[in-house]
Amino acid sequence: MTKPSYDSVQVGDQLPTLELPAVNRTTVALFGGASGDHNPIHIDIDFARRAGMPDVFAQGMLGMAWLGRLLTRWIPQAHLRRFDVRFQGITHLGNQITCSGRVVEKLEVNGENCVRIELQNTNQFGQTKIAGEALVAL
Amino acid sequence: MIDKKWIGQELPPSVLPIERTRLRFFAKAIGETDPVYTDEPAARKAGYPDLPAPPTFLFAAELDSGTIDAMLVQLEVPLEKLLHGEQSFTYHAPACVGDTITVRSRIEDIYDKKNGALEFAVKTSRATNQRDELVAELRTVLVCRH
Repeated sequence: MTKPSYDSVQVGDQLPTLELPAVNRTTVALFGGASGDHNPIHIDIDFARRAGMPDVFAQGMLGMAWLGRLLTRWIPQAHLRRFDVRFQGITHLGNQITCSGRVVEKLEVNGENCVRIELQNTNQFGQTKIAGEALVAL
Repeated sequence: MIDKKWIGQELPPSVLPIERTRLRFFAKAIGETDPVYTDEPAARKAGYPDLPAPPTFLFAAELDSGTIDAMLVQLEVPLEKLLHGEQSFTYHAPACVGDTITVRSRIEDIYDKKNGALEFAVKTSRATNQRDELVAELRTVLVCRH
């Protein structure tokens, strides 16, 4: 794939989607260790149930890290200027997340040609778990 | 209710040395397969001095240091009620293996919605490296559900 350039990229262009395997207990436990998020609500079903949840669930930052992968597969990380997300729903065990992104604007920011990307994490039932955007210099 | 007196409170700095084994573990945990994030020669070829920290990695600094846990105790937000509402990063320079990142945060705002059913705490952070260069700015919105 040729590297995206400011001239080649058009508003409406989709980034190649990133499809993740279904979230399981190993996924969540490994991310807890690697990210430093030791909140037991993600790794201990007894704690999760006491907190009123049916089971453990994925860390929001895991979903954001997947969106980061979507972006850095498209352009080298050094081009990334901003990366913002809102966590809209809990990613449960068994959820298969698809990360998608779409160019929504071409603009100049601080003298740099940039594109604004709208980002989304959606599960196999079409529920949006994370919505966000990124600013990328091209 | 979270006491609004904490607005403006500065949190103790968190120091995060960027280490190769940790970055490889993080890459494994997020399913990252791009060798730039796991293989030094690939990272060097991409123009980095060593493996770069992926875009969201610096969030680990205040988890590792215990600063987040201490802040939640101070705000009286139990882990059972905690949700992550929003997260933002603004990037200024890469953080690579060998760098030591210091994250300094401040509680920017505290507010509630739905007559107190949801409470929000906004934290802003600056991440600098060992040369005191600004690496990234972070903004976190934490939610306490009742």
